[in-house]
Parts: sequence; structure tokens; C-alpha cells
Amino acid sequence: MIKAEWFYWLVGAVFLAMAAQMAVDRSNPKRLGSAAFWGLLGGCFFYSSWVVEKKAPAEPLGVAVLAMVCLGGFQLTGRGVPRTTTTEQRVATAARLGSKLFVPALTIPLVAVVCASAVKHWHIGGEPVLEEGSETILGLGFGAIVGLLVAMVVVRERRPSVPLHAGRSLLESMGWALLLPQLLAVLGSIFQVAGVGTQVGKITEQLLPDGQKYIAVAVYCVGMALFTIIMGNAFAAFPVMTAAIGWPVLIQQMHGDPPVVLAVGMLAGFCGTLVTPMAANFNLVPAALLELKDQYGPIKAQIPTAGALLVCNIAIISLFAF
Amino acid sequence: MIVLLGVLVVILGFATRRNPLLVVGVAGIATGLLAKLSPQEILAAFGDGFASSRSVTIFVITLPVIGLLERNGLQEQARTLIGRLGKLTTGRFLALYLALRQLTAALGLTSIGGPAQSVRPMVAPMAEGAAERRHGPLPERVRERVRSYSASADTVGLFFGEDCFLAIGSILLITGFVNTTYHTHLEPLQLALWAIPTAVCAFLIHGFRLLRLDRSLDHELAALGGRSAAEGSRTAEEAK
Repeated sequence: MIKAEWFYWLVGAVFLAMAAQMAVDRSNPKRLGSAAFWGLLGGCFFYSSWVVEKKAPAEPLGVAVLAMVCLGGFQLTGRGVPRTTTTEQRVATAARLGSKLFVPALTIPLVAVVCASAVKHWHIGGEPVLEEGSETILGLGFGAIVGLLVAMVVVRERRPSVPLHAGRSLLESMGWALLLPQLLAVLGSIFQVAGVGTQVGKITEQLLPDGQKYIAVAVYCVGMALFTIIMGNAFAAFPVMTAAIGWPVLIQQMHGDPPVVLAVGMLAGFCGTLVTPMAANFNLVPAALLELKDQYGPIKAQIPTAGALLVCNIAIISLFAF
Repeated sequence: MIVLLGVLVVILGFATRRNPLLVVGVAGIATGLLAKLSPQEILAAFGDGFASSRSVTIFVITLPVIGLLERNGLQEQARTLIGRLGKLTTGRFLALYLALRQLTAALGLTSIGGPAQSVRPMVAPMAEGAAERRHGPLPERVRERVRSYSASADTVGLFFGEDCFLAIGSILLITGFVNTTYHTHLEPLQLALWAIPTAVCAFLIHGFRLLRLDRSLDHELAALGGRSAAEGSRTAEEAK
């Protein structure tokens, strides 16, 4: 069986290799801080395997995460001058290779889809080939490897250091924002342990007038969106708001249809994800990848849609749940 | 009550535009201390949370492929290709991508797109290429807008497509949380069906806004075109 952990090690190894390149890149004014940040991240990908299996204590990993928070948070990371081709060279190779250039890029999703749909059902000696529940992750990993091989053939590149350098420039342009999604997952679990959801429930129960169905629906949806904006993740907001009003008020007290209330409630949270910089992987990382000067550009493009959709979600629950 | 101060830390940090990494780190530590966790328990919470959320960072594995292809002119080729499709304006192209992204996500194919895999190397250059064909070189501000809308088409399509699919994280989170907490029995299929009305609204609203982008680009660039030609060409130089 091919395990998801193996791919996490591969990702860790890529981070470590890129950190080594950064450490000797004199064009980066903060090369040591950068190398430390990405090197730690790579190391954590390996150490996490033992934490997940409960074979190693999680505390050292926590220390490393806080060290990365400080390196990224106090602007100790930077980026070097990318070693790359000029626009003229790119136009020339694009003209020579034509649309063959798309083949490796499209190989990645194609392999991922094949793994998640077909290979998922393959068995060898009674064991599934891919670890159950991790087919999509493994598919993306295989897709990236196959895509890289195809790309090296298409562009006739023999040196593996070239794609590694190219990928590192992309990584440096994203910077510390890459760590934020994982850190938010941590915050969500700490909020859970601390009982933030129960507290919000007590407050809303006191404030909400009895029997006001549509106000309660609006409070649930807007609350999902607001909590998502704060936490950066609808998954973290959902248990908080559902324990606070979704279940006790809308479903038990007012007899709302659970699938409508809960499914649409989650989607109301997604409206919040569209407009918050805390959802770094959806909003800040694309801005960094697209080299936008205004890192809130994607959020600005999404605000009107998010607002209109929040109203739609409130209407859908009001119309169909009761 | 006092644990809500952790939420306040996030809001304040956010409002004063501190570095998000520091805000989240401080809020986590503060909430843990207010909930009377020991320092060891807080460190363990950070470690466990990191270890179980590694899958969100795994897309990094695609960066070397994309980087290598970009060195060899992937973005330039994307522009050339869109240049041949005369009728495809920026807005129409992005609306088409939105539809594709929603449909494939609804079939469970969520990793088919994404900012690193598709938006940067292909979607954004194509959207820019379509705008350039119509208006010539784009000023920096307009270029940023087109890129932002490209990212938005991908994100909106993913969010409001994936929930129509049964085996997606958010659907499983809902059934998992509700079934264990409230001892009830919800089927993923019921939830996925009720994600469809919002998905339709999302396509109509965002699709309409993408199509309107064409008109607003026309207006904006016509207004800029009123300036002197020398200034216009200088802006185009700067835009590179």
C-alpha cells in the first residue's frame, strides 16, 4: 500500500532541498532567515509522521511551529533574484514548443483524477494500492511527479536543479503566507478545546427574541460568515455557530429541516471565506502567486458576489427549511 | 466568557493590520492560557494541529513543474492561444472557466484547478491575453484587476461546486459533527442536494459579474485612452 505519509516526506524533502539552495543564494538579503523558515517547515513535515502515529511527543513540533511564526511574523524571510529566462527567450521557446507546453500542466489534474476515481478501487493481495481516504492527495503527488517527467522531456531539460530553482522562486514569492492555513487549523482546534462555541451560544440565546424565525435564520447565516471571516475557515466556524443557534434554535425549537439548514449554513460560511485575508490559501496565496501589488485584489473582486450569495443563502433557508 | 478574548485578539490584530502569522500565534497561545491549558498542552496543540493539517500545503509539489514550464514560455503560449479565439473576451472566457470549475468540482474533481496549478500558468495569462487583443497593452491597474478576477473565478467555482459532491470534506464534516454530537442520522446525499440552489445562484451572480467585467474594462480603458499617446505608451512600458 502506498501511504500518504510518503508523499508528505517528499514534500518535506523538496522544502529541505529548496532551503539548502536558499542558504547559499547570495542575492537574497535575508538568506539565512529564509533557509531557516523553509528548512524548519521541511523538517516538520517529516517529524509530523511520528506525531500522527503518536510515536513522538507533539511539543517539539509546537516549538518549531512557533519558531516559524516568529521568523515569518517578524519579516526575517526574503527572496532572492530568480535565475530565469528573459521575455524574448520565453516567446522564442513558446513559438517552438507551441501547445505541447500545456501537456505537462494538464497531466497533473489528469493523473490526480485517475487516481481518485479508478486507481482508488485497485487492490493487490487484498490491500488497496493507495491508502484509503488519501487518494486525492496521492493523486496530486503522482500527478506532479509524472507532470515533471513529461515536462522535462517536452522542454528537453536534463538538469533536475532547473525545475527545483524555478519552483523555489515561486515559493519565495509566496513567502510566509503558505504557513497560515495550517496555523488556522491549529487555532480552530484550540478554540474548540477552550469552549468558544458554548460561550457564543449562551450569548445568542440571551439576545435572540423568541419565535422570530427569519431573524434567527439571518443570525445563523451572518454569524457563520462573520466567524469564518475571523477564523479564516468555515470548517472552524461551523461547529461554533451550529452549537450556538443552528441546532438548538433553528432545528429543535423551530423544526427546520436539518439538511437544508446545515448544508446552506456551511455555504453561508463560504461567503465569509471569500472576503477574509485569514483564508490565506484562497485569497492571499493567489495574490502572491499572481504577483499582485494589492494583496487584497482577489478579495475585492469577490466581495459583491459574497454579499449577494449570503442574501441568497438566507432566502434559501427561509423558503425551504420550514 | 473569558475565552472569547481569544477571538477579540484575532479581531484586533486583524483591524490593526498586524502580520497574520503573529496574530494567529498570539491568539492561540492567549486562548489556551485563558482556558487554563498548561504551556506543554498549548505546544502540543500547535504540534498536533500542524501535523494533521499538512494536506493543505501539499500543492507545493506542483511548483517545480509549473516553474519549469513558465521558464519555457507557458504563459506566453497561453496568451497566443487565446489570441486565436477571436470571440472569447476576458469576461466570457472567465465565465466559461467558472462553469467548468463548478461542474468538475461537483463531480469531485477539486484538484483539477487551483491558483498554482491552473490560474497562474494558464487562466490569468489567457484572461490578460483576451483583454490585450481587444485593448492593446494593459496599464498596471487594469492588469491587476484582470488577474484578481481570474483568481476569483477559480475560488468561487471551487467553493460552490464542491459541496454538490458527496465525499467532500465540508459535507463529511457536517454529517460527522451532527451525527456524533446530536445522535441523529443525516445522509451526505441529502446535504449535497441542498447545496445545488446556492451553486446555481453562485454561477448566475458571479458569471454575470464576470461578463460585466468586459464592459467596465471598455469604459476604463476608453477613459485612459483620452490621455496623450506618449503617456499611454509610457504606462504600457511600466506595466511590464
